[in-house]
Amino acid sequence: MIEIDNITKIYDSARAVDGVSMTIDTGTITVIVGTSGSGKTTLLRLINRLEEPTSGEVRINGQSTLDVKPHILRRRIGYAIQGHGLFPHHTVARNIGAVPQLLGWSRDKIDARVDELLDLFSMAPQDFRNRYPSELSGGQQQRVGVARALASRPDLILMDEPFGALDPIIRTRAQEDLRRIQQALGSTIILVTHDMEEAIRLGDRVAVMDGGKLVQYATPADIITHPATDFVADMVGDVERPLRLLSLTPLADVIEDGHASGTPLPPDANLRDALSACLWTGRSAVPISDHGKVIGRVTLDAIRARAEVHA
Amino acid sequence: MRFSAPGVLFAILGGAALLAPFMTLAANRIVAGDAVPIWSVVPPGQTALGLAAVLLGLALGVPAGRAGLRMVGPLIGLAGLLWLVIQGAPALLDGAGDYARVSPAAGFWCLLVIFALLMADAITALKPGPYQRALLLAAAVAALAAVLGSGVLSPLSVLQEFSARRDAFASEATRHLWLAFGSLGMAGIIGFPLGVLGHRKPALRGAILPVLSFLQTIPSLAMFGLMIPLLSWVGATVPGARSLGIAGIGFAPVFVALVLYSLLPVVGNTVAGLAATPAQALDAARGIGMTAGQRLWRVELPIGLPVILTGLRIVLVQNIGLAVIAGLIGGGGFGTFVFQGLNQTATDLILLGALPTVALALTAAIVMDILVDLTRRLPKETP
Amino acid sequence: MTAGNLLRLGLLGLLLALVLRPDWFTPLFTPLAPAGGPVIYARSSLLSLSLSHLGLVALASVAATLVAVTLAIFVTRPVGASFLPLSRTITNIGQTFPPVAVLALAVPALGFGSGPTLVALFLYGLLPIFENAITALSTLPPATMEAARGMGLNRWQRLWRVELPLALPVILTGIRLSVVIALGTATIGSTVAARTLGEVIIAGLLTNNTAYVLQGGLIVGLFAVLIYDAMAQLERYLAARMGG
Repeated sequence: MIEIDNITKIYDSARAVDGVSMTIDTGTITVIVGTSGSGKTTLLRLINRLEEPTSGEVRINGQSTLDVKPHILRRRIGYAIQGHGLFPHHTVARNIGAVPQLLGWSRDKIDARVDELLDLFSMAPQDFRNRYPSELSGGQQQRVGVARALASRPDLILMDEPFGALDPIIRTRAQEDLRRIQQALGSTIILVTHDMEEAIRLGDRVAVMDGGKLVQYATPADIITHPATDFVADMVGDVERPLRLLSLTPLADVIEDGHASGTPLPPDANLRDALSACLWTGRSAVPISDHGKVIGRVTLDAIRARAEVHA
Repeated sequence: MRFSAPGVLFAILGGAALLAPFMTLAANRIVAGDAVPIWSVVPPGQTALGLAAVLLGLALGVPAGRAGLRMVGPLIGLAGLLWLVIQGAPALLDGAGDYARVSPAAGFWCLLVIFALLMADAITALKPGPYQRALLLAAAVAALAAVLGSGVLSPLSVLQEFSARRDAFASEATRHLWLAFGSLGMAGIIGFPLGVLGHRKPALRGAILPVLSFLQTIPSLAMFGLMIPLLSWVGATVPGARSLGIAGIGFAPVFVALVLYSLLPVVGNTVAGLAATPAQALDAARGIGMTAGQRLWRVELPIGLPVILTGLRIVLVQNIGLAVIAGLIGGGGFGTFVFQGLNQTATDLILLGALPTVALALTAAIVMDILVDLTRRLPKETP
Repeated sequence: MTAGNLLRLGLLGLLLALVLRPDWFTPLFTPLAPAGGPVIYARSSLLSLSLSHLGLVALASVAATLVAVTLAIFVTRPVGASFLPLSRTITNIGQTFPPVAVLALAVPALGFGSGPTLVALFLYGLLPIFENAITALSTLPPATMEAARGMGLNRWQRLWRVELPLALPVILTGIRLSVVIALGTATIGSTVAARTLGEVIIAGLLTNNTAYVLQGGLIVGLFAVLIYDAMAQLERYLAARMGG
């Protein structure tokens, strides 16, 4: 559990982060979202003490981060940033193995870990181990950046706009990868983004920052349905609220018995996908099939009911 | 057939150079010599062979493409020049008197430069890697050493000057190397930490760099001159300074002046090299828990190394040249011969000082360029 | 007035005094001169030496600039492109030649006097200007060049109205480097009997008269520093005007 306790950071009398308190549960993804200058990046950097707090403190599993030397603290916390920040003069393997090396792991153990991570990110180790960052595509560089953050199996990983430099299609895939890997490893991730869509898609909880203050800290559904301020509502976007809400609900939650015609959807698709399929093909229900076997259907009425609950 | 424009230009220039005096024959080492054209340095039979080689060398530069052929051309041409000089020097000296001196003249030097440039052009076109360049340099140095060592050129006037001063040459060469490399080392010892500090502290950087570039602007003779009163004052007033060899004349003022000149490239390039690390990589290095020392040694320094080495290259080439001026204030080095030669109007003595300096500077530049390239290229894959 | 300008004015004043009214400094230099020996260099007027020194440098630099920029324009046009790699090689190799060695080597070819110094200054001065001009002309922003073509400027118009003005600050840097080297090399030129301020320093060295050495050194040093600074200011002004 990470407790951020009334933390404040003042630069030249400007309050970059202003009395923020929040508690983050182990094994979840928390997304800090805000416009530029909202203090979201500073808040993230206060956690691994890339910035020192003016007042307040952060506790990880009850221990104050101020009790540990900053570089020792950072070696325990994964860190990935926009534009990857890879070392241009080191191979992919050395980049990924940077933290284990700092921690004094044995050569064999580092090599094994590097290969394991490359596999996890679907990059064949024998092809990629000895390449240099400049020899990779943007998406590959970003995956290596995230792999480096995961290398020492940290319990906590901080990510600052990790997908910011990627084009939309690769970004979506990277987000799915991250979700999958996080669920497999059970790590705690705190991620900063300016993109509410990304926040809603990835976050178990979303923290909205504005002018250095934490204006709302809630589940994505809460953020959409009960925005705390006009600013949050703006960020969510009024017009798209129902669609965003639908995108949070998997079909498995509203599946009902019955027949429907046409191409089936998998149960982990969401209601937004189902709505889209209905409208596009003029159907009033879509069949749901799991591994080739039809297990039920989702109707347009059920979808509408879900979106209207909050009217 | 396509023509290489530089090759055509060189062929024309080379043709003109053939008409210039190829060697000179003088009654002694001071008086001006009589010009000897290329066709009459040796009996016609031998001339024809050498001349043919020179002409072939020039002609092979003309067709475009075929980089290999264009490498061979200058080699043949250089061999022809060498042949003519080796045959010509004893032939001209024969019966010319005990004090007679024979030297290569303008035509020879022009052709030498033309073949060197043709060779350089051909090598550039081949884009050799650092190891290949090292090999080429080693071959060139070995060839030069073999020719000079064999004694076939010793009838030439400049080598006569050399053999008359064998011991002095060795000691001045050593002194020159000490001045150039010693001041480089000292500048590194002082300048590198200053550069690291300057990188860390912008205020310090802003204070140091203008002062150093101001120092670099001062003309060398003025700088050496200003060192003389300064160091003789230090030698006279600071206890123990004189026993360390600090005095107004000799090694010390030259050494100090060279160190001062060297500081700007060392400090400036260290600062620039350390600043070459992308900001994000540096942020990541901090973020994953590298200490300041680890960031310097593992990230900033390896990335900045080519730029820092480029600074050292500038310093080394500059100091090899500037050390010549030491000859004016009794600091020794090859400059001793240059300025003695200028005083005595003895051309060959000037050459004895100037040619090794040029060769040394050129070699140092090539070696440093190879080192810079080796550090700039990403390390090869380890199997 | 800023501190920098105050310093500049002070140094300029000192320089003018040293050149025009050297007698003012007699009390200052007396302790450095040998007992009873001359204190202030009087074999020829410091003003005429300064003018001759600066004249040599100016002549060589102007000639070097004209030739180097013309050559650089030539090798960066399609017609001269085949000379580009060669000219790069020549500048790289040429700049490793020590200026003093170039000067010394000019003597056997041209004899003593101002002539060889002028030639050496010219030849050596070509290199930094040529190198910078090539760099500037071959690394112009492609978008600007494309726009110039798109506007319908012909080759000459592009060269005169776009390429040269954009390349000017970098070329000026080359000229500045060249002038500073020339000022220094001209000083050594007095060893080959050119009339320059080096004469004062050399005379001091030969007669163990530190007063001469310091006098000559100060004048040459001040000229170099002030000229360097003035040219650097000009570059900064031009670069700022172009938003660079």
